[in-house]
Amino acid sequence: MKVLPVGEDALLVEVSSGDEAQALHAELLRRRAEGSLSVREIVPAARTVLLDGLDSPARLAAELTATELPPVPPRAREVVEIPVRYDGPDLADVAAHWGVPEREVARIHTETEFRVAFCGFAPGFGYLTGLPPRYDVPRRGTPRTAVPAGSVALAGPYTGVYPRSSPGGWQLIGTTDAVLWDHARVPAALLSPGTRVRFVPEAGP
Amino acid sequence: MTDRALVVVRSGALTTVQDRGRPGHAHLGVPRSGALDGPAADLVNRLAGNPSGTAVLETTLNGCAVRPRSAVTVAVAGAPCRVTVDGRPVAWGAPVRVPAGALLDVGPAVSGVRAYVGVSGGIAVEPVLGSRSTDLLSGLGPPPLTDGTVLPLGRPTGVHARVDVAPQPAPPAELVLRVTLGPRDGWFTPEAIRAFLSGTYRVSAASNRIGLRTEGPALERAQAGELPSEGMVLGAVQVPPDGRPVVFLADHPTTGGYPVIAVVRAADLPAAAQAVPGTPVRFVAVRRLRVC
Repeated sequence: MKVLPVGEDALLVEVSSGDEAQALHAELLRRRAEGSLSVREIVPAARTVLLDGLDSPARLAAELTATELPPVPPRAREVVEIPVRYDGPDLADVAAHWGVPEREVARIHTETEFRVAFCGFAPGFGYLTGLPPRYDVPRRGTPRTAVPAGSVALAGPYTGVYPRSSPGGWQLIGTTDAVLWDHARVPAALLSPGTRVRFVPEAGP
Repeated sequence: MTDRALVVVRSGALTTVQDRGRPGHAHLGVPRSGALDGPAADLVNRLAGNPSGTAVLETTLNGCAVRPRSAVTVAVAGAPCRVTVDGRPVAWGAPVRVPAGALLDVGPAVSGVRAYVGVSGGIAVEPVLGSRSTDLLSGLGPPPLTDGTVLPLGRPTGVHARVDVAPQPAPPAELVLRVTLGPRDGWFTPEAIRAFLSGTYRVSAASNRIGLRTEGPALERAQAGELPSEGMVLGAVQVPPDGRPVVFLADHPTTGGYPVIAVVRAADLPAAAQAVPGTPVRFVAVRRLRVC
């Protein structure tokens, strides 16, 4: 674990894998819940957790470097199910990357349990991990200027669902009617870091 | 009370509703947002008799004009500008009574970029995640003002202004930004770090509420490749592939993959919000936090 100071009151804690980042994030949330960590934002990402708005960053940095990272916590949270029609325009390209027939993409994707590693890009956009590394896919060579809301997409090791229409370079494999973000709802975000997710196949229109 | 409202007559280049934003939701991909020049927003609220953190208007370069449907106390500060009520000049940086139906015109910035308009009672649009701020990156909060927009106003709290006029810093002729290096200064060559701390940059016209873009010496990386996405803080100086530093302002993305060479002190960011395109920028290193 490497602790990097960020400005006056933030720390970026770097670990060596996504699983370690997940374990560190869970441990930091636990400390905040028990009242031993005072911080404005805890932002997990691919290999790091950012702690922003700390009262005493130097003391926490010293503490963290002396701590053993606890193991990944048990998967206590319930699974969010997202219905998907596997009708995306990049389904054939993804099948080619994976070296499987097109219909196999849906099977592999729906048999995987995902976890929200972190959020970013847009409110409610989660970076979901769970697919084995052999299913990593590159981004599109040319990003689309408008990806429709509800598009289920792949890039690198991640699956994501576009909460609203936006430009994007991910490979689109399907569509969902699930509402990823609704600020009138509590909570506004369907997915937050740590959420377990399964995609459930839905018949085409 | 339905007559407690402002009718937007001239929305200007970009006028938004701003308060202190919505910090605390970065883990969901929600930017903090909020007034770029926080001290100016606080000042107009004090002058208008509002509690601090009340929603105000933030204009960009050429001001705006609004017509209150009932009499209100307003105050304009931030970027210096000509302020008129029904064509008659009134004070800038001081409380002004505007009668019902009169036209308050906030003129173009004489210097600086962003003027703040505080109105007694505050702008009372529906809050989103506890804030009324317009977030231009993610689209949360009310859209930027357009001509004809009607903005509801809150009830005045009856708090009297504690100051009549208040001195304010002039917009900077040169923008000096104190930075602490890191967390990713190791991604740059020693020459690039020297160039960053000794070169003169200029504020680019492509700057906005998301970031202050600069023009100047391109910073060369010591290592190629991509950094996995990581959390970003306010004031982070991110260096995209073109090598020109971008200082993250209130609407910045919550995660990013370009290396952050340094972080600007929060106290220097209000001045960054008032630096017009072309303003010289210097980054000055201050000691970073020591961690073992």
